[in-house]
Amino acid sequence: MEDLKLIFERGEEGQGLTLLPPCDVEEHFLPEERKEEPRLPHVSENELMRHYTALSGRVHGVNHGFYPLGSCTMKYNPKVDEATAALPGFTRLHPLQPQESTQGALEAVFLCQSMLGEITGMDAVSMQPAAGAHGELTGLLLIKAYHESRGNRARTKIIVPDSAHGTNPASAVMAGFSVVNIPSGPDGCVDLEVLRAAAGPDTAGLMLTNPNTVGIFDKNIREITDTIHAAGGLCYYDGANLNAVMGVVRPGDMGFDCIHLNLHKTFAAPHGGGGPGAGAVGCKAFLADFLPGPVAACGDAGFVWDTPKRSIGRVKAFWGNFDVMIKSLTYLLTLGRSGVREGAIHAVLAANYMKACLQDDFDMAYPGLCMHEFVMTLERFKEETGVSALDLAKGMLDHGVHPPTMYFPAIVHEALMVEPCETETKETLDAAVALYRSLGEAARRDPESLHTAPHKTPVGRLDEVKAARDQILRWTPQA
Amino acid sequence: MIFPEELRYSRDDEWVKMLDETTALVGITDYAQHQLSDVVYVTLPEAGDEVTADEAFGDVESVKAVSDVLSPVTGTVAEVNEALLDAPELLNEDPYGAWIMKVENITGFAELLDAEAYKSLIGEE
Repeated sequence: MEDLKLIFERGEEGQGLTLLPPCDVEEHFLPEERKEEPRLPHVSENELMRHYTALSGRVHGVNHGFYPLGSCTMKYNPKVDEATAALPGFTRLHPLQPQESTQGALEAVFLCQSMLGEITGMDAVSMQPAAGAHGELTGLLLIKAYHESRGNRARTKIIVPDSAHGTNPASAVMAGFSVVNIPSGPDGCVDLEVLRAAAGPDTAGLMLTNPNTVGIFDKNIREITDTIHAAGGLCYYDGANLNAVMGVVRPGDMGFDCIHLNLHKTFAAPHGGGGPGAGAVGCKAFLADFLPGPVAACGDAGFVWDTPKRSIGRVKAFWGNFDVMIKSLTYLLTLGRSGVREGAIHAVLAANYMKACLQDDFDMAYPGLCMHEFVMTLERFKEETGVSALDLAKGMLDHGVHPPTMYFPAIVHEALMVEPCETETKETLDAAVALYRSLGEAARRDPESLHTAPHKTPVGRLDEVKAARDQILRWTPQA
Repeated sequence: MIFPEELRYSRDDEWVKMLDETTALVGITDYAQHQLSDVVYVTLPEAGDEVTADEAFGDVESVKAVSDVLSPVTGTVAEVNEALLDAPELLNEDPYGAWIMKVENITGFAELLDAEAYKSLIGEE
């Protein structure tokens, strides 16, 4: 396949587009020190369309094929969610319009907050944070505000298991805490003895996702949250894996005090490509006063934006990523109470089906039933064949299937982490199983073909080391 | 993989080479660099920093992951190997030559193993 040109390398001076209407306001000129014209592409409309259409043919998304990226929940998002978010009644609102004229939008936000609160067992929800890690930071700031409101400044530590998403310790540090990393037990779950030893008067809280990052529901969850509460800390639920349990079991009932949700994972807003996402934060009543505002509230005269009394303040301009909320609300209303629950059940079924099909071909990091995802460990496979998890993943690219998550969680060597999601058919799962098996056989028969894979993609094996060490971050024209 | 007899090893895959009773060089083991794969970036401490046994003093980033490097000793950083900033691949090419930091005034140690015990810890015979 030919190399694609950049948009800047296409077209010629004189070609162009007239998309903008005539200017009907007074013109202002750039400061004089800006001597050069900005270098903008000169392409006609059809050139522009061809460029982006060609680009779209070179990527792989969930609209192209299977995309079982563990811990990411890359499920198919119904297009009706896009349609409602594009309704002119929503898109033509101005964020500074008087509240009386935006009652429908406020009600939509209020409904979204209420439903997410119901699903997670939280008493109050703020839709402000723009994405997952932003939600984590916000949740931790709630914990901090809570301890400080009680005059306790000695609680400076956040306990994070070693299987956690890297964003957890990063968010804790951002929020001004120090991190206590605790090792997982051999079953991938929290080691209660280690947790008890770590929890104490300096513990601000615990960050945990359940099911955890290896796809296992921690059966000791109440003991875990009780241990932290007994030490005076709070429990924070990372909603990364809520897709496995939504409508079935609630973080609030597991003993968590606050949570964040990735609407772009669990609640069907687009995921990847830089967003926009949304990282709604929920909490129990005793933390509600600290939530970032404004939140949508229902008053006597209709819906209003309200900022909680002791709010940690704004974490996002205006009202959060509003269109994402509309997509999630549509998704929830379309599925209804029983549909949300069914989604989780099917996600778990799909993962267990694939795991059962593959367990004779590949070692599983944690045998037995899993939740929405499972982790294969290719350490023995690599020793026997010389083919690594990376090689196998690259081999999948030649077959129109996106590889699973590689080398994560870091506690599993040669990890491949598969999350098929509820939206795939049995036929798709069977095809993926057959492909994984045939690549496993290819590794024994012709390992070199996998060392050099992929062969059929627009670009072949990338030099990841060079890409990381020798970065070119800006295009400059050839002289 | 190579594990020189004269070095001591922490359970977190760092090596220690004692220069005298209170001064040592610290780096990561051959096993650690194998697990990490190609190292692309290293964060070093600064001379004068206090480091504590079993606590992170820097990190190494490979194409797979970013990992903390835990100090096997408690003491003061005397010197860091700045060559690693431009050539992090030295950690892969020569893990025992590519020391990361030199620590002086050592007052404490993490649990340290000899080469045999470390090899059995990582399952290498």
